[in-house]
Amino acid sequence: MSKQINVALIGNPNTGKTSVFNQLTGLNQKVGNYPGITVEKKEGICKLARGVKAHILDLPGTYSLNTTSLDESVAVELLLNKNDKDHPDVAIVISDVENLKRNLLLFTQIKDLKIPVILVINMADRMSRKGISIDITLLEEKLDTKIALVSTRKGTGIDRLKELIADYKNLSTAPNVDTTVIAPEYFDKLRTTFPKQDLYKLWLVITQDVNFMPIEKKLIKDTSSFATKSSSELKRLQQKETILRYQFINGILKETYKVDLTAAKGFRATLDKILTHKVFGYLIFFIILLTIFQAIYDWSSYPMDFIDELFASASEWVKNTLPPGMFTDLLAEGILAGIGGIVIFIPQIAFLFLFISLLEESGYMSRVVFLMDRIMRPFGLSGKSVVPLISGTACAIPAIMATRTIESWKERLITILVTPFTTCSARLPIYLIIIALIIPEGRILGLGYQALTLMMLYLIGFGAAILSAMVLNKVLNIKSRTFFVIEMPNYKLPMLKNVAYTVWEKTKSFVLGAGKIILAISIILWFLGSNGYSEEFNDAEAIVTERVQSEGFSNFNQSAIADDLRSYTKALNDSVSSGVYDISALAINDSLEQKKATLSETALQQEISSYKLENSYIGKLGKGIEPIVKPLGYDWKIGIAVLTSFAAREVFVGTLATIYSVGSDQEETIKHRMAAEVNPETQRPLFNLASGISLLLFYAFAMQCMSTLAIVKRETNSWKWPVSQLVFMSVFAYLIALIAYQILK
Amino acid sequence: MTVTVAQLKRGQKGIIKEFADDILPIKLLELGCLPGNEIELVQVAPLNDPIYINVNGSHIAIRRETALLIELDVFEDKVVV
Repeated sequence: MSKQINVALIGNPNTGKTSVFNQLTGLNQKVGNYPGITVEKKEGICKLARGVKAHILDLPGTYSLNTTSLDESVAVELLLNKNDKDHPDVAIVISDVENLKRNLLLFTQIKDLKIPVILVINMADRMSRKGISIDITLLEEKLDTKIALVSTRKGTGIDRLKELIADYKNLSTAPNVDTTVIAPEYFDKLRTTFPKQDLYKLWLVITQDVNFMPIEKKLIKDTSSFATKSSSELKRLQQKETILRYQFINGILKETYKVDLTAAKGFRATLDKILTHKVFGYLIFFIILLTIFQAIYDWSSYPMDFIDELFASASEWVKNTLPPGMFTDLLAEGILAGIGGIVIFIPQIAFLFLFISLLEESGYMSRVVFLMDRIMRPFGLSGKSVVPLISGTACAIPAIMATRTIESWKERLITILVTPFTTCSARLPIYLIIIALIIPEGRILGLGYQALTLMMLYLIGFGAAILSAMVLNKVLNIKSRTFFVIEMPNYKLPMLKNVAYTVWEKTKSFVLGAGKIILAISIILWFLGSNGYSEEFNDAEAIVTERVQSEGFSNFNQSAIADDLRSYTKALNDSVSSGVYDISALAINDSLEQKKATLSETALQQEISSYKLENSYIGKLGKGIEPIVKPLGYDWKIGIAVLTSFAAREVFVGTLATIYSVGSDQEETIKHRMAAEVNPETQRPLFNLASGISLLLFYAFAMQCMSTLAIVKRETNSWKWPVSQLVFMSVFAYLIALIAYQILK
Repeated sequence: MTVTVAQLKRGQKGIIKEFADDILPIKLLELGCLPGNEIELVQVAPLNDPIYINVNGSHIAIRRETALLIELDVFEDKVVV
């Protein structure tokens, strides 16, 4: 028979559930979302003996079937809904050795649903060190199940688990606990109203929304008929149920589970004392942050440069190899550039998730949350918002993905909405070039004005994030009943395999998820920039050539050519005088003429492409929006750059380079060109203190990054949040830039 | 005076008293905060909040506002230094 066995892995957080999943499935796994919600869905295929395959679903971590969050309700829905295509043939409850008692609570609940269930006791390698001994045979008998003692670290016990899965039909489905004793009359009434339904399942369905938002009650249509109990009464019954189950579990564990308390306990206590210390705790956290920041900011620049060059040369290669035409241009300048714009983020994302998963696997992350929670709370954030906000200084995309650890939807949403204010690395090229243009080089107290300005911009970013969090906290009316509780797991050496899987998965989901949208917009921008409807656009080559012939090159190009020629002549003469070359004066002249011709040709091409851009759709657009950007002190060229940099902030500098027909991305050249630009009305430099500050502030606040928008859409699963984020941040940025320019001009 | 988890000193232990129904979130009960179970205060965060407890073998951190809801019989006054 070819039918796959549906297996669901379920267990508390931090029990090594994911390790078991990775061991069972290897790389045969895929990560997606449950339809309509952002809860992560991990599934994979496991090959069992005799050609049988099992479909393994890794359910979100949960402490019980009494749902208090979206993640948990996913697990419960699946267990309750027999019609779901993923409804498990067999459930596997994964527990770690130390917290067996707590995990058995969940186990008994699932057992009582009459779903065949296997118990996995993970981290068996820690038993002797922790002084724990378990009578497995007796425990199997008492719980009426099969147990696999597994160590994912050592790789033991997985084969036994696979055998148990294959043999799932022989598992008992008799319930462990008779829940009806907590309220016999109530359950009697239920039984008579719904004679065909399983009582415990009915009970779970009824109590689903006691602690959480209502979920669809697919199983029973008419829920009103048994609303004989108020929600607080139901809650009380749930508590009674929990106590009842713990009585049952305690009774069993007394006979089967022995722990020698004198065994090592000191390691954890010592580490806790240091890592949550009021001085060292913060210091250690600060050092770790610095390292992460350094990695994302600095180390990843090497692979990023490499990727950048790779795509530039690939695009060059395409242009030179394929016959010229529309398709080649689209491939080289639209698609390849677009893909390059996605791939370039991979090193930063990979680094960030490498660190995050190391910190999470080791158990340190919980300590950070513990340290920071009180500090973040007045701003409507939680201790768990710290990591995203910090990683936002590198790139908002991985930072927003990292908010998934925040259980409270309100705190998570606020974190997502304010993270783009933090100064990400894409703002840096703009900041650097404009600061260099408008801020003098002087020093105060040994600190450069320019460096101070840059620091101010970082502080402004953080300030904006914190302040808007405060405002959102007041404004957003979201009922989020998740209260703060975080488990402080034992310290563990991270398992490299798990870390590697996480990095791989997160990177892949970024590239595939956000990538599609980035690619699409890049292609649109390319199209608008390289096409036009006017005659000026179509005849650009003739018009510019004619202009150059009658009026000569633009002032900038003239002086650039002169400069180049001067240094070329000097180099030639130096070589001749030092005896490297031995050529006649005539030959030198020829060589100079040739050089001049090449330079003029390049300059001509630059002026043509600049003219084309000016008259392309996007150029017309720039002229169109000039009235809007003029009050900020910008001209239409900056307007275009602001428009194109909507795709990503770093495009700003590149666009100006094309418009000013500098043709190279070398900062110095662009800087000189920008410095020479004069505002035709005021006859002052276009980039002065007022317009410069206005630009800096605009980029500090504006949501100029469609990748971030795409990821916010994905994480909040609605266009409502990214769109309001875009509108709010853009309007805010515009107003601040406007005020700044009008005051300073 | 009733003693709650919020009043414990570091290293101090207590036994959870019977508490009024539906005072505590169900999640805390699931994690082992049940009447009769032992609670030990492991650490207090630098700004006095949240607090880090060991209850019934579960190591968890909760905010002070929640800790105030859990009443105790203190049986051990020994502070671990």
